Amino acid sequence: MSPLTSYLLLSALLFSIGLAGALARRSAILVLIGIELMLNAANLNFIAFWRYGPNPAALTGVMFTIFSISVAAAEAAVGLGIILAVYRHAKTTDLDQMDSMKG
Amino acid sequence: MTVSFLILATLTIAGMAAAMGLRNLVHCVLALTLGFAGLAALYLQLGAQFVGFTQILVYVGAVAILAVFAIMMTQSAGGLTQQALSSSWVTGSIVAGAVFAVLAWAICSSAASPQILPSQPEVSVNQIGDALMHRFVLPLEIIGLLLTAALIGAVVLAMQEKREKP
Repeated sequence: MSPLTSYLLLSALLFSIGLAGALARRSAILVLIGIELMLNAANLNFIAFWRYGPNPAALTGVMFTIFSISVAAAEAAVGLGIILAVYRHAKTTDLDQMDSMKG
Repeated sequence: MTVSFLILATLTIAGMAAAMGLRNLVHCVLALTLGFAGLAALYLQLGAQFVGFTQILVYVGAVAILAVFAIMMTQSAGGLTQQALSSSWVTGSIVAGAVFAVLAWAICSSAASPQILPSQPEVSVNQIGDALMHRFVLPLEIIGLLLTAALIGAVVLAMQEKREKP
């Protein structure tokens, strides 16, 4: 197995773990963390393709990962802000109880 | 595939799986920092030093602390009174397993793997700063705008609403 393939398989496994957490957990905070894991798996793919790609001097993979990390940080801040606002309204972070749109 | 890759991959997967599987939310975030640190070590191993240290600063430092704050402020730290899994967890796990199977099949059957391994690229922070200031200056400005908007948006969202007088 070539190094690139092993990195891609690891990234696919991390993505699936994040997806399983986002789909199966009940707490809204953990669902957000699962989405972060999926973004991290994509970042690992970018870095692996940059490292084993034909033109690593262009720095495209590194740049894309840096921008992706910044967007993910902004997403985490806004997502946790939304969770706090919803908690203040509904008094719970349990996603199975947050099933009405009208409040 | 080297021994260090195997060790780091096992550490990362164990951390991430524990973060998604443990019952107590604070333990979940602690396991999550382990997984993020393993991922940062993988970036360092791949030769992307700047991204590795950014990963440690942003994820291990900021995002984990933010998640801990959210857990404390929503008082869901105990977590033992409520059920950990949602009502549709069987379907979710099946979907995730199917996604992994399809991805693994696609990766293993693809011809994208290079036969000749390129040498470790040398990337200095100097080069990254140069690229950010020349070729990627427009995305950098847009990211700055996005981060400002996210900062203000998060503060406004999390701020206590004022009760209107009847």
